[in-house]
This record gives sequence, C-alpha cells and structure tokens, in this order.
Amino acid sequence: MDKRLLAAQNTSPFAPARLKRTIILGFKSLWLHRLRSLLTVLGIVFGVCSVIAMLAVGEGASFEAQEQIRRLGSNNIILRSVKPPDSDSNSAEQTYVIEYGLVYDDLERIRETIPGVTVVVPNRIMRKRLWNATHRADADIVGTVPWFPEMKKLNMAEGRFFSELESHEKRNVCVLSASLVTTLFPIDHPIGRKLRVGSDYYEVVGIIDVESGRPGSSDEGSNLDRIYIPLTTARARFGEVLRKRSSGSFENEKVQLHEAIVQVKNQDEVEEIALIIEEILSRYHKKRDFEIEVPLELLRSAEETARTFNILLGSIAAISLLVGGIGIMNIMLASVTERTREIGIRRALGAKHRDIITQFLIETVLLSATGGALGVVVGVLIPIAIGRFTDMMTIVTPEGPILAFTISGIVGIIFGIYPAIRAANMDPVEALRHE
Amino acid sequence: MSVAVASIVRLDHVKKTYQMGSETLDALGGVNLDILEGEYVAIMGPSGCGKSTMLNILGCLDRPSSGHYILGDVDVSRMEDDDLSDIRGSKLGFIFQSYNLIQQLTVIENIEVPLYYQGIDAEVSREIAVEMATKVGLGHRLDHKPFELSGGQQQRVGIARALVNDPIVLLADEPTGNLDSRSGAEILDLFDELHGQGKTIIMVTHDDEIGEHSQRVVRLRDGMIESDIRNG
Repeated sequence: MDKRLLAAQNTSPFAPARLKRTIILGFKSLWLHRLRSLLTVLGIVFGVCSVIAMLAVGEGASFEAQEQIRRLGSNNIILRSVKPPDSDSNSAEQTYVIEYGLVYDDLERIRETIPGVTVVVPNRIMRKRLWNATHRADADIVGTVPWFPEMKKLNMAEGRFFSELESHEKRNVCVLSASLVTTLFPIDHPIGRKLRVGSDYYEVVGIIDVESGRPGSSDEGSNLDRIYIPLTTARARFGEVLRKRSSGSFENEKVQLHEAIVQVKNQDEVEEIALIIEEILSRYHKKRDFEIEVPLELLRSAEETARTFNILLGSIAAISLLVGGIGIMNIMLASVTERTREIGIRRALGAKHRDIITQFLIETVLLSATGGALGVVVGVLIPIAIGRFTDMMTIVTPEGPILAFTISGIVGIIFGIYPAIRAANMDPVEALRHE
Repeated sequence: MSVAVASIVRLDHVKKTYQMGSETLDALGGVNLDILEGEYVAIMGPSGCGKSTMLNILGCLDRPSSGHYILGDVDVSRMEDDDLSDIRGSKLGFIFQSYNLIQQLTVIENIEVPLYYQGIDAEVSREIAVEMATKVGLGHRLDHKPFELSGGQQQRVGIARALVNDPIVLLADEPTGNLDSRSGAEILDLFDELHGQGKTIIMVTHDDEIGEHSQRVVRLRDGMIESDIRNG
C-alpha cells in the first residue's frame, strides 16, 4: 500500500483544510447556476435590508428624541399662551382687545403651590421692526429673565446675556440671535452698538449662537430672528397690549406672557407636576388659552413611533426571511434531486452521511450568506436614502449589519438542514442508478 | 507467486432477498465464492441473473440479507452504513459503465475525490492524483472538464480515480459498455496491465469476448453460480 495514504488523516468534514475545499466546491456549484442562485437569495436580500433599515430608523428616532430633550431640558415643563379658538378675529370684533394667555399671577400661583418647582422663566414675545441706522429687520422681541439661556441650553456666541441688575433696573439692553447680525450689522461689530426699536435705543451686549438651541426648540416659528431684552424692560416699554396686523385689518391682543418654562428639581416628578400645573391653570383659564408641553413626553412619543416602525419593519423582515428561507430550501431540494447521481458517486467513493450533509449545508449557507452580504450593501444604502428623502433621521450602527448577516447565516442553516439530510439519506445504489 | 495466495474476497452463503409486495424475490440465493489476491475475474450472465446485486454487495454498497462477506480479513456483511463508506473509500476502487465523473470538477479533481473523503492532505492527494493520471495516459489533460474528453479518456479518468486510493480490489461494471471497440480494447489492455502489476480485478460483463480477457469466468443464473471456469 502506498505509504503516503497511511499518513495522519483527519476525516472530520470540519477540519479546516477540508472545510475550505468544501466551501470552494460550494461556490463552484452555485456559480454553475448563477442566475438561479441570485434569484433564490432575493428574499434574504430583502429581509436583511429590512433588518438594517429597521435598526437604523429606530436608532435615528431615539437619537433624535434624546437630542430634542437635551435641547428642551428633560426637567422642564413649557407653558405657552394660545389664542382660544372661539375668539377669532372676524371683522366685527376688530375694535375689541382680545385678552388671553398666561398672566404673571399664574406663575406666582405655581411657585407658591408646588414645592418641587425651582425656576420659572417667563417670556413675552412681540414682533417689531429693528433699526441700525438705515439697516432694518423684522424680529421677535423676547422679554425674558436673565437665566433664560441656561434654561434653554443656549450658548453665547459672543458677549454675554443681560444681567440680574440690568433686568432689575429695566435697562435698555438686548441680546441678538446670530442670524440678525448680518442683516443689521453688515460692516460694523454689533457689541456695544445701539439698536432702535420704535423710539427707544437698546445696547447690544451679546450674541446668541443660533446652532446651539434654535432648531427644533419648542418656540418654532417662521423666523429665527430674535432679540432678547429684560422682561421688566419689555413691560415698561411696550405695555401689555399688542397690535397685530392680520389680513389687512388690525387686531389688538393683550397677552401678559407668551411662554413660561418651569423647571422641576426631580425628573421623576415632571409628569406629575405637569398635571398639577394643568389643574391650577384650568381653574383660572376657562377658555383653555394655554398649552403645556412636557419634553419628557416627546421621548415617550418618539419611543412609541420607533416601536410602531420597528414592529412594521420587523414583520416585513421576518416574512421576507421566512419566504427567502423557504425559497432557498425549495431550490436546494431541487438541486439535491438534480444531483442525485453525484451524491451516489460520492457515496460510492467513500463519502459518509456527514460529508454529504456538510456539503449541501455549506452550499445553502453560502447561498443565504451571499444574499445576506448583498442585503447588507443595499440595506446600508436604504437608511441613507430615507435620510435624504424624508425628514426621518437614520443611524447605521455596526451592530445592524452584523446582526442581519448573522441572521441570514442562521436562515441558511435552518432551511438547509432538511435538503442536506435528504441528500445524505439517499440509498447509494438507487442514487447511482438515477438518470 | 503461487505460494499460498490468500483469499481476498470470500462470499459465504450470501443471500439477498427483496420484498416485492407480498412476494419475496431471491436476487442471490446463497452464493459461495472465493477470489484470490491478484486474480482477474469476470462475472457473467444474462440480465436479471443477479450480477448487479452481487456487484453491489461486493462493492459494499449493499449488505447481504444473510450469509457473510469477508473482504481482506474483515467481515463487512453487518457493518454500519458509515463504516461501509470507509471500506469503500479505503479498500475498493469502482469503475462504472457510464464513467460517473462529477461534471463540475476537472480531471484532476475527479481523481482526488476518494482521497478527499479519506482526509488525505491536499498536497499529497494532488501528487498521487497526478501520478495516477499520468499512469492512465492523461497527464496532459489535468485541468479539462469531463465533457471535453472522449469516452475512452473519461473512462481512463474513472480508472485513475479507482486506483488513487490503492484499493485491494478493483470493481468494474461493464467498463467498456459505452465505448467503441477501439477505445474498449485500449481499456482492456489497461486492465491487463494492472492485472500484471498484481491488482485484483472483478469485472461484471455480459460480453463473452470481454470475458475472455480474464483469468476466470464466473457465470450466474437465477441468483446462483452456474459455472466457475479458469481460462487457459
């Protein structure tokens, strides 16, 4: 006997060298039927895509929600004045002054009744025209308190916010949002200069960074252009009545506060305190001319949305993977029948059950893993497309593709077992006789 | 050479019965046969005589219903399926009428198949396979696919594959059945050569002329040995 045949042998089909040869053989067999293989794995491709897209959208939604909450402050409750629906400004009423919204007393009541409340930031918002010599701009004038930027997580781009003292003395100082700088001060440096509003002049002491807080913050509105002045100054200069132009006619509104932010010490109490505030306010505002926004609730609703989306995409993914798996099994069963003779030959030449099982199982896994790889490629592109064409945010983390690819491999094993066992259990004599 | 030659194949009252509905069919009805090492035996007989059944049993593709089959010094008649695979892969060489090459593999890869299942190292396996291909005159066709070869060449690949594991018995099932007379004659010459080198060959055929090439002709009829004649 040939001495070389007596050398140490490892007949396990999983010995690395043999496994490698089996894998190469598997690729060759699949390559023989390229189109068929490609069509077979489409189901897996879609399934894997869905898994990746699902995870990316979920990840994006939760990131977005957290960002928003970070901006608004998770310990904050935002109160806002809204015009009650029954007080529409039709022409018959144009001479009346519409009075609505939050009042200073509301804040006093909240402060007195609820112990957990630490800071209250009241705001008044008025639309006015600003002048710097001949440069002009329309902007919202926000009357507020000195600790406003801290509460709103706003950063100063330059200078400072107005101080406690300035607020107390009702000084004419203002802070500009960065977007106004180019319009009003195209050449000169704004800090220390004076802006005219109506007949009064305000000294610019600081510039608020636009990027830091504005986008997505609760007081969304048509304009990013704002200047901030002390609330005390605002009350002194502008009074409580606001004249507004709407569709040709004038409308007088009396609003004391447009917005107020209540900060709660303990995050767990936020939602409870929001309910208490609602109750307090309802007692004095029969017309429901206010609204309460709890940023923490945004997180809840974002989680809810993400969950709905995940259930939808998860079902699509599960169904595609199931259908894809069945498709693969179907093709593998056909392939086993087609290759009955090859199986017979291999058995006659010394292949054991497990050799045949390994061969077909590896082929199935290669098939589904190829589908998985294609799916990963397409699946990474889908979230990018979603991000581009919708306002949904998507984040592809490395876990997504890895998970999806692993699932495709597992699908291959699950749906490959039956055809492989069928191949291995063929009677060699019958298989050799097969035409 | 003729000193106490060992029996390499021994069939001892081998029966094979098939259940056909309510009837039992005796494909082999208690066959006794001894084949010695280095013998060149032709098994002949009309179709349905039990040739194929006997070849399947000799080739360890099937097990006898009763009786014993001793191959070399091992009784293989009650072995498990996977153990029979091992016997086939290490001790037997098969040559088929329709060559039975694997179409998607090249010549050299086809020859290597038995060694692959024996777990032989890839380089050693390649070395032996190239030797065998050269031996059957196909050293220059290693990377061809079976469909690129003539029938005679394909059968040479089949023979090289049967020899690659250095079997103790070569089993040939109508090896020239699909070949023209010239290629057939060449294959038979190759068999003579192998026999000359001391290989034990068992060949199933229905063609008397081909049977002439062997040393010994065993004729079967209705599942029994009808005659057992040594030529020359």
